[in-house]
Amino acid sequence: MFTYTVWIVLIPFFLFILIGFFGHKFKPLVSGVVGTSGLFASMALSYYTAYQYFFVVGKTGDVFGKIIGYNTVWLKLTEKLHIDLGVLLDPISVMMLIVITTVSFMVHLYSIGYMQGEKGYMRFFSMLSLFSFSMLGLVVATNIFQMYIFWELVGVSSYLLIGFYYTRDTAVAASKKAFIVTRFADLGFLIGILLLSFNTGTFDFLTLTDPNGVAITQGSGIMFLGLSTMTWSMIFIFMGGAGKSAMFPLHIWLPDAMEGPTPVSALIHAATMVVAGVYLVARMFPIFHFSAPVALDVVMCVGAFSSIFAAVIACTQYDIKRVLAYSTMSQIGLMMFALGVSGYGAEEGLGFMASMFHLFTHAFFKALLFLAAGAIIHAVHSNYMNDMGGLRKHLPITHITFLIACLSIAGIPPLAGFFSKDEILAAGHEKSMMLFILGLIISALTAFYMFRLYFSIFWGKQQQYHHTPHEAPKVMTIPLILLALGAVFAGFIPFSSFVTSDGKPFASHIDFAVAIPAVLVGVLGALTAMMFYMKETNIPETISRSLGGFYRAAFRKFYIDEIYLFITKKILFNYVSRPVAWFDRHIVDGSMNGISYVTNEVSTRIKGMQSGQLQQYAWIFVSGAIGLALAFIYLWTL
Amino acid sequence: MFEGVPLTWFLILATIMFFVGIYGFLVRKNLITILMSLELILNSVNINFVAFNKLLYPEHLEGMFFTVFIIAVAAAEASVAIAIIINIYRRLVNIDVENMKEMKY
Repeated sequence: MFTYTVWIVLIPFFLFILIGFFGHKFKPLVSGVVGTSGLFASMALSYYTAYQYFFVVGKTGDVFGKIIGYNTVWLKLTEKLHIDLGVLLDPISVMMLIVITTVSFMVHLYSIGYMQGEKGYMRFFSMLSLFSFSMLGLVVATNIFQMYIFWELVGVSSYLLIGFYYTRDTAVAASKKAFIVTRFADLGFLIGILLLSFNTGTFDFLTLTDPNGVAITQGSGIMFLGLSTMTWSMIFIFMGGAGKSAMFPLHIWLPDAMEGPTPVSALIHAATMVVAGVYLVARMFPIFHFSAPVALDVVMCVGAFSSIFAAVIACTQYDIKRVLAYSTMSQIGLMMFALGVSGYGAEEGLGFMASMFHLFTHAFFKALLFLAAGAIIHAVHSNYMNDMGGLRKHLPITHITFLIACLSIAGIPPLAGFFSKDEILAAGHEKSMMLFILGLIISALTAFYMFRLYFSIFWGKQQQYHHTPHEAPKVMTIPLILLALGAVFAGFIPFSSFVTSDGKPFASHIDFAVAIPAVLVGVLGALTAMMFYMKETNIPETISRSLGGFYRAAFRKFYIDEIYLFITKKILFNYVSRPVAWFDRHIVDGSMNGISYVTNEVSTRIKGMQSGQLQQYAWIFVSGAIGLALAFIYLWTL
Repeated sequence: MFEGVPLTWFLILATIMFFVGIYGFLVRKNLITILMSLELILNSVNINFVAFNKLLYPEHLEGMFFTVFIIAVAAAEASVAIAIIINIYRRLVNIDVENMKEMKY
């Protein structure tokens, strides 16, 4: 039935091979067109799959079940323990297929124009295909080991794409940073996988996440430091997710990752790869909920803190891509937060649904924001909002689409962001009043920094540009328009009748006690930004000066990078690495060198004994033999 | 034993041959005589083999076979040794063992 779904994943893989190995034989444009049309095929298949799944065969009774579309045993360790590769279809994976293929297709299309004339055009497209392949493989994983394999693959394609401009030192440093930080987090992920599979004896998601299955009902008797093994394993798995999703304190790689080309930031560092952590938690959600509620609290706290932390930093940055990066981190924090407060079951699982909904809508408006930012950077040749201003006349399409995305992310009805954010706030509201207020603060900050960006780019003072900024070519503006349509209309999808924590659809409704304050703070944030930045004023300066130290700390991203550098360079390098290096160089190498030196010395000293006189040797040999014989005869007594 | 010849006599003969061979190997300077001494050593061993075979397992012939085998190997070895000696002679125009020290360390 769903066997063809394997092609959704495999088409990008073959594109990667095709463009990577044979792309140089053709004109650069060919690789762009081939990559884009391949992704279009993949996208069409995904839509067909979604239609089939949601409307034709997915429902058994009134529950959306999990369907194994394709499965093959890849590595058979024992009869019971084997690692499979396959395609698992359930509401969240089908939704992710749509998100990934759509955004990836838009980004491919956009890149045809954006990367025009760049060196390494086909390298770029082959890497994009590699990334799409890995990300699709990740979301359809039937077991946690397959997920881990593709998890590392997206890590490596992200590394390759951040370091795309490998002649630039900052890009190289950023790609290394991203790789090392996420790799460090993945160490936790691997430990978590091993603990979990050791405890439950399976890798398979179907068995693991079945609420009545062995994995959940058997419980976990062994305690360590007051928490059960299941809790520890879920915390470690969440560490992997936090690394990929740039949650505090593993977020430091995301802002630097903006060194990559802008389409890459849109695809990988906004819409798809960074939500892999959210997806991971959603995928393992029944285990979190039933076996490891403490770990779910960790998810909630980390998500909420990262969200407000990033929102504060985003208000102070000047590099537009960095603002968007922190905004991404903040929105992903909200998704994590929603998962953390969620329960299991149809209406209980409001947070789960809200998180997935926000993931879905966020992918559209954030990809749009990044692509629009790319168009702006393309026109102005600068990343800094100080160099921009008054661009609305020069870039009309970018202006409109950017405004739509800003309104959407700020939660202004009836745009997509309003609906999903409203569900998140409602989920927080159900849990406690304090969390709801926290959510409102984050919403206000979100609206503020987004409109700060919008007004300083498109309004503000009129800049003198070297040459008049011009609107991007059609191939770049069409994806913007399409994504803007998504950012407007994606919210009207009745998400709760498709994607829920246990597959049972329910009817969600808009709670005005939640929606009205949410919209009000959004408008408030936007109006404040308008007051500050629409005309050139000195209010921002005055406020930042009056905030003093707090502003400086936020501007320097709360010194997290400095703390990391201090810990690694000053403490780890000096007190661990150096002694270990000294030990290696002097003790390990030293003993080896010592042995060879002694052997050498002794042999030069005694080589004179080899006179070359055959009969002398024979004398020694014979007398030795006689001596031994005598010794055996006279001294050997049994 | 062989019509009244006791084993001891064979052993004494073999021992004398062995040590004559050793003596020759150690003191003669001519390579050919050293090779001859080597043959003496080998043949003393052969005598021992035959004698003990006759004494211990008169109905078996393994000792004899071994002796024949040693004689065959010794012939081959002697031919190789003489070939080497001829080559040394061509190069050095003598076959004094004390001149052959080129290949020390």
